Amino acid sequence: MTGEPLLRVQGLQAWYGRAHILAGVDLAVGRGEVLALVGRNGAGKSTTMKAVMGLLDARAGSVTFEGRDVSALPPHRIARLGIGYVPEDRRVFTELTVEENLEVGRQPPRPGAPHWTPEKLYALFPNLAEMRGRRGGRMSGGEQQMLTLARTLMGNPSLLLLDEPSEGLAPRIVQQMAEALRALKAEGLSILLSEQNLAFAGAVADRASVIEKGVIRFDGPMQALMKEESIRRAYLAV
Amino acid sequence: MSFYLVQFLSGLATAATLFLVSSGLTIVFGVTRIVNFAHGSFYMLGAYIGWSLAERIGSTPLGFWGGVLAAALAAGVLGAVMEVLLLRRLYRSPELFQLLATFGVVLVVQDVASWIWGPEDLLGRRAPGLRGSVEILDQVFPLYDLVLIALGPLVLAGLWLMFHRTRWGTLIRAATQDREMTAALGVEPGRLFTGVLFLGSALAGLGGALQVPREAINLGMDMGIVVEAFVVVVVGGMGSLMGAFVASLLIGQLQAFGILVFPEITLVLVFLFMAVVLVLRPYGLLGRAEEAPPTAASPGPPLSASTGIAAWAPLLLLALLALVPLFAGEYALIVLTELVILALFAASLHLLIGLGGLVSFGHAAYFGLGAYGAALLATSWAAPMPLALAGAPLLGGLGALIAGWFCVRRSGLYFAMLTLAFAQIAWSVTFQWYGVTGGDNGILGVWPDPWASGKTAFYLLTLGLCGGALFLLRRVAFAPFGYALRAGRDSPLRAEAVGIDVRRTQWFAFTLAGSAAGLAGGLYAFSKGSVFPTLMSVPTSVDALVMVLMGGVQTLAGPVVGAALFHLLRTEIMSLTDLWRLILGLVIIGLVLAFPKGVVGFARDLVQRGRAA
Ligand SMILES: Nc1ncnc2c1ncn2[C@@H]1O[C@H](COP(=O)(O)OP(=O)(O)OP(=O)(O)O)[C@@H](O)[C@H]1O
Ligand SMILES: [Mg+2]
Repeated sequence: MTGEPLLRVQGLQAWYGRAHILAGVDLAVGRGEVLALVGRNGAGKSTTMKAVMGLLDARAGSVTFEGRDVSALPPHRIARLGIGYVPEDRRVFTELTVEENLEVGRQPPRPGAPHWTPEKLYALFPNLAEMRGRRGGRMSGGEQQMLTLARTLMGNPSLLLLDEPSEGLAPRIVQQMAEALRALKAEGLSILLSEQNLAFAGAVADRASVIEKGVIRFDGPMQALMKEESIRRAYLAV
Repeated sequence: MSFYLVQFLSGLATAATLFLVSSGLTIVFGVTRIVNFAHGSFYMLGAYIGWSLAERIGSTPLGFWGGVLAAALAAGVLGAVMEVLLLRRLYRSPELFQLLATFGVVLVVQDVASWIWGPEDLLGRRAPGLRGSVEILDQVFPLYDLVLIALGPLVLAGLWLMFHRTRWGTLIRAATQDREMTAALGVEPGRLFTGVLFLGSALAGLGGALQVPREAINLGMDMGIVVEAFVVVVVGGMGSLMGAFVASLLIGQLQAFGILVFPEITLVLVFLFMAVVLVLRPYGLLGRAEEAPPTAASPGPPLSASTGIAAWAPLLLLALLALVPLFAGEYALIVLTELVILALFAASLHLLIGLGGLVSFGHAAYFGLGAYGAALLATSWAAPMPLALAGAPLLGGLGALIAGWFCVRRSGLYFAMLTLAFAQIAWSVTFQWYGVTGGDNGILGVWPDPWASGKTAFYLLTLGLCGGALFLLRRVAFAPFGYALRAGRDSPLRAEAVGIDVRRTQWFAFTLAGSAAGLAGGLYAFSKGSVFPTLMSVPTSVDALVMVLMGGVQTLAGPVVGAALFHLLRTEIMSLTDLWRLILGLVIIGLVLAFPKGVVGFARDLVQRGRAA
């Protein structure tokens, strides 16, 4: 990787009450790169993403985005700089229709990042197009997952924080999701992808960081992780 | 027949006003999760400003309606100012602090309004063109009220369009459901909240300004309406606009027809209705289950029994207090007597809040029940003082036993609202049941028996009884029962898993707290010589909360220290100025902003920081 990465996280720490969850996470996502953050249940993947997004009060360490320190900014400012967050538990607005969910995510176009409109997103996720007027609460898990991703894209981010997008989805939907992510990557988006499904991660990621107990244990090309059985056995549930 | 029709129509007119005010309250709650006591103040300000404008420009229809609109906008702007200056700092505070801060605003607004418009009731001019009445099946009905009736659905339709057809409305609905996610999508919460406070307060102001031609404008309007609006919002489901509309209609009719059937207890009827709805439908008629139930005061570090010298401090203090009559004058003894009584009152509330995590907004009910019980026994039944005093904790405890059965079925804000409802029931009974309680005039001539009528004797009696009760409350905190109560506060599921019946534990705690408050109330009645309905009113409940807050929720000594500070402060302020509400309000606001952990908690943090350094 050359030059300054798009996102650089150094010595990131986070707490829930007194529980020290992140003990100093270091990672970097280059421009146009997909980095898989892999680790067992409870390793700290989601916590890392929340901390980057400014959603945790108790955190320390540095987070720079496009060379700018964002670690003290509130979530909405971080989002407006171009970091899009897709939470693990989806959190679609169940009372709002698909169209309205997209509207909440809408932000002005940002130079250097792909510009999304509802029409473009309906082309990317055809099944959303068929249910524009349906309320979020009346969609299947897979449809909700597509909707959260589309909603975040409406903010025209240049970096996506994608927390376990394949979790609990049928194989066919996982396939669709992987294709959508490759399409996004082709558009120039950078992605930090948290995953437990190594096959899925392998299909989209360039590099991988392995997290365990709030610390990064391995960092290298995705291929290397797929080959290194010892690391997978030590830090992953495979 | 036609009589019932007119009654129905007047119910609709009541419902329209209720809806205007409670729609604003429910919108504000939905987005900010703050139960805004000051909402009633914006209603009152809308009425006063509307009155002033009507006096100046209200002789033409254009002037009149323009004035109503301007009053609503003014109330909206004041609401937005409150958001920026105060609420914005409190979104992460426990809800108790938010409630108290907005109550501080209520006090400030009362004195400011009284200073600007004077304490007398104001009669406004009638709406030009709408002075007359219409005949409906040979019954007369005011024309103006027909306009009001039409306004309710109109405002509902307008709000609906705004929420469903504009980006701003969509954002509001999104934030109502998930504030954090909305922010993570780039929506600035601050601006949204300011806007919501503007809208909500403007609706309250509109409701107030529309009352000018109908009723006298006075300084009591704020508490009256806000408590009714609470009921509407809770019955309809907190945060639900349609719910507020339906609940307004129901409660409007309940009042219109309730007055025919039970003219004396219409107020009771409304609160009873709310209690029943909440027990049957926990989240109101159209409310949704909370995703994250609001938390009570955040649990602090575990209580630790003091050791060494500190363990003897309470006894030492008691001994010192017992010696006070040797050198203090009568006035000091009177103040001290009240102070000791209030300390017990505050400590009884602290049992609920600090140990149980149950923020009661109606604890004055049991204080008042004790006071009225003792007063009635002493006067109507001519019972000797010891008997009357024994009756006080019994009546307080009995009231708490009944109310508690309902209240502990809900937690968080719903618990707070239910306790408030029961306190209002108790208050309206004393207020409206003239024959027994004397209503507004209270009960006079509640004097101690001759042996205790000296200031010193009564002081020592109070000290003994309250000291004993405080000692018992302290024992309870460290007994298995106290641990069970705290376990239920910190983790209800885990507590149930280890075999604690959380609801029953909380019910007992509620009853115990009620009887301790009742004893305090009984003593208070004898110390004052009289009782009035205000003993059970919302401000008295808030006084107790302020004492607990001042002392800090997380220590057992807190409520005692808080009661002392509060009482001395109030006595001092009242002796200096008429504007004591203003000052008390500012003190409450300042306290909430400065010491989110209370004074004792603050001091302890200082000590710990000093040790750590
Ligand atoms: N709200 C919370 N309060 C307290 N502890 C939490 C909270 N959320 C997560 N934790 C703890 O923090 C640790 C890390 O959680 P995190 O959600 O980051 O893990 P994860 O790697 O995303 O796991 P998963 O693959 O299951 O999603 C876990 O031990 C978890 O129990
Ligand atoms: Mg996770």
